[in-house]
Amino acid sequence: MRARQLIHAASVTLACGATIAIAPLSAPLAAQTIAIVGGKVYPVSGPPIERGTVLMRDGVIVAVGAAVSVPDGAQRIDATGKIVTPGLVNASTLLGISEIGSVASTRESVARGRDGIAAAFRPWDALNPRSVLLVPARDAGITSTVVMPSGGLISGQAALLHLINGTASEMVLRAPVGMVANLGHIGGGQNATPRAETLMRLREILEDARVYRTRRADYERAQARPFAASRLDLDAMLPVLDGREPLIVAVDMASDIDAAMAVAREYKLKLIIAGGAEAWMLADRLAAAKIPVLTGAMNDIPATFATLGQRQENAALLAKAGVQVTIIRNAGDGDEEGFNARNIRFEAGNAVAYGMDWNTALRAITLTPAETFGVADRVGSLAPGRSADVVIWSGDPFEFATQPERVFVRGVVVNAPSRQDLLEERYKTLPPNYRAP
Amino acid sequence: MRNRPLFLAVALSACAGQHSAPTAQPAPTRVTAHDTSVAHAAMLGATSTPNADPFPSTYHPFTSRPTLIRNATILTAAGPAILGGSVLLRDGKIVAVGNVASVPDDAIVVDGTGKYVTPGIIDTHSHIGAGGAPDDNGTQTDDVNEATSPVTANVWVEHSVWPQDPHFPRSLAGGVTTIQVLPGSANLIGGRSVVLKVVPSRTVQGMKFPGAKYGLKMACGENPKRVYSQRGPSTRMGNVAGYRAAWIQAESYRRRWDKWNADPKGDPPSRDLGLETLAEVLRGNILVHNHCYRADEMAQMIDIAREFGYKIRSFHHGVEAYKIADILARDSISASVWADWGAFKLEAADAVRGNMALLTRAGVRTVMHSDDPGGEERLNQEAAKAMAEGNRIGVPITEDVAVRWMTINPAWALGIDGVTGSIEPGKNADVVLWSGDPFSVYTRAEKVWVDGAMLFDRLDPSARWRTDFELGFVPDSRGGSK
Repeated sequence: MRARQLIHAASVTLACGATIAIAPLSAPLAAQTIAIVGGKVYPVSGPPIERGTVLMRDGVIVAVGAAVSVPDGAQRIDATGKIVTPGLVNASTLLGISEIGSVASTRESVARGRDGIAAAFRPWDALNPRSVLLVPARDAGITSTVVMPSGGLISGQAALLHLINGTASEMVLRAPVGMVANLGHIGGGQNATPRAETLMRLREILEDARVYRTRRADYERAQARPFAASRLDLDAMLPVLDGREPLIVAVDMASDIDAAMAVAREYKLKLIIAGGAEAWMLADRLAAAKIPVLTGAMNDIPATFATLGQRQENAALLAKAGVQVTIIRNAGDGDEEGFNARNIRFEAGNAVAYGMDWNTALRAITLTPAETFGVADRVGSLAPGRSADVVIWSGDPFEFATQPERVFVRGVVVNAPSRQDLLEERYKTLPPNYRAP
Repeated sequence: MRNRPLFLAVALSACAGQHSAPTAQPAPTRVTAHDTSVAHAAMLGATSTPNADPFPSTYHPFTSRPTLIRNATILTAAGPAILGGSVLLRDGKIVAVGNVASVPDDAIVVDGTGKYVTPGIIDTHSHIGAGGAPDDNGTQTDDVNEATSPVTANVWVEHSVWPQDPHFPRSLAGGVTTIQVLPGSANLIGGRSVVLKVVPSRTVQGMKFPGAKYGLKMACGENPKRVYSQRGPSTRMGNVAGYRAAWIQAESYRRRWDKWNADPKGDPPSRDLGLETLAEVLRGNILVHNHCYRADEMAQMIDIAREFGYKIRSFHHGVEAYKIADILARDSISASVWADWGAFKLEAADAVRGNMALLTRAGVRTVMHSDDPGGEERLNQEAAKAMAEGNRIGVPITEDVAVRWMTINPAWALGIDGVTGSIEPGKNADVVLWSGDPFSVYTRAEKVWVDGAMLFDRLDPSARWRTDFELGFVPDSRGGSK
């Protein structure tokens, strides 16, 4: 029944005109039944299954277990000796909205905004499904992403993408899934906004959005005082104010995290902390307030005065305290981030090396982000009714030597040669043959 | 974090490139100011003396005890792995490898069961110390690029190095024992590099690798032409004209000074710090490290080197090096590259993860470099990624080969392969004991020895090196994790 519900496309119109688009799960793909048999299956939503079977039909998982009978006519894929997991979720990436870091015409992640406010900005409207960085990420087992804008005080909205081989609009699984804001000393340089002023401006926008909601008619008649943000931005803030859309606050310093938590309490916001270098210092309080944290495990450098307490144990310490932790990349991810969105599994492996339980780490790049962004009924686990996003790995998915051998998105094998593969093939023989593919 | 404006930092610091003197032999001990006569020393500042050493190393190995690591898997970087082997360190040197029959009475014994031993990791491309942490705008720790003129051969990056940079102990904890700190890539010619031991010290002189030659940083392509777009060079052809103009001056300077040094009569020629460094390259006393991404530009830099009679020791970054692997192998130019950095600028658009494997197959001395403090902490993981890609595309890379990428090959690129970079008797006891296979994501450096002295022990957090900056500022997470 759940699978049936998921098949329906829906556009849920919410109060105040805000819309959350929810795409249909099963587009008309090559309809077939596939059984992956013999592998060690990590459903993530349940305990691992030695020699388990994953049965999928028409792009949706229909059964997972040790004693699943494979229907006649199903395609059988032998995964004996291999590991089977849900497709991975990279929950903070520029994949699809940034191609070449230094080429401004290929970067779509930072809005011009007004005074650092771009709440209405929807970067996925510029999503390029033909980005050459998408194929290598998908080949490496990334089947969903959260595409996040950056910059300014309110960067804009985030969307959860499904890396199907389709059009941009087909790839949007759920949008928006959050409003991205930056706290702390923002703007860079000697003229950056001081921390308390950043907070003041965030409060001002929230306050104005609150007034705007109640005095909308006056505003339309130009009988309201000026607001700190444009009409579109104020509209976009309303679901956040209602606690329906999380405010994803990119913030590192413990005192700034503390301040963000205070604002969230004051306005009854649903808060997600992203980055959170020093979140471990507040682990118990974050757990008690049920605030999810997106963070990494490969940075121990006091790179700024806001990250003096940065350590690789951060994710593990938070998880142990009961915080819902999603692992994102937090090191070496400057403008080459899109190139290496695929490396999220190594970040999870490093989290294990620094104290995180292995299963929790796998969850932190699959089901936990799916839960955090409200799509756990669709992706992130191998369970009946979920999209058939499955990876067959040659071994431990966190290990460098392990290869993702086959990647399914909605039940379709998506592995394809990337531009990088084509270059490697061309230059395996020197000099190259430029008239060959 | 991703949201930080990293582009400038990446674009400017991503600039390794080295060329070097043709010899692969251990660097000869440099003639130092202290070796010259007192009378002559008084006027050293006025003369341009080959191999002069006005800022001599004051490094001395730390106190060590004879140490036997036994029953470990040893990746020697000099031959096949030794299973269940031993390594004996004494007086700062490796004295025995393989089966050490008896335990010396005075030796500390370290059980290596289930663990691996490798040479100390060497990074040919670091900016730590010169680009210190924290590096917020305005913290005044960014001393990497003297971006005031396209040719700044006159600067020496050691004069930017802050020994209390918190990056240093973190690199050591990653098994890194030797680094080359380079000026950035804003300039066509960025200045002198310096080779450092990753050790606590009050002064940079106390970190300098004794006997190591200097390097010269050069940079191709996008960075210089972007930085100097207003005053020039603003094009790649402008870049090449700039290199050639500098070498023409340097050649003339070298001739004047060589003549005067051979027969010091009358007034010496006037001294010029920049031309002096370039003249030292032409004499083979300084190794060239050349930041260059594109294959076609590397080929042009090779021609420029031939035109002026110097050699390029290593191309740094070389994301397209795989396209000219045969040429690099023919000319004995090493390639200091990444496992998987690409797409951050157009000249990095053709990056492939198979770069290292394809270079290695062609016979190029291939080096895993970082250009990034975080990457420097995990060069073993970077090598593991590149090894996996080689295996994926049908260019098999063994662990014995991959370990060379981060030990003996970078040692060669720095001209110190005669004294470090492999586990062989007589070499400096720069050694890492890993908790397991160093190419596993779960493995961490457990103990690190520099010249036989154990300077890092993950199992003893109370003895961890903390820089002055860290005291008070950085929470002491001792005991927070093993």
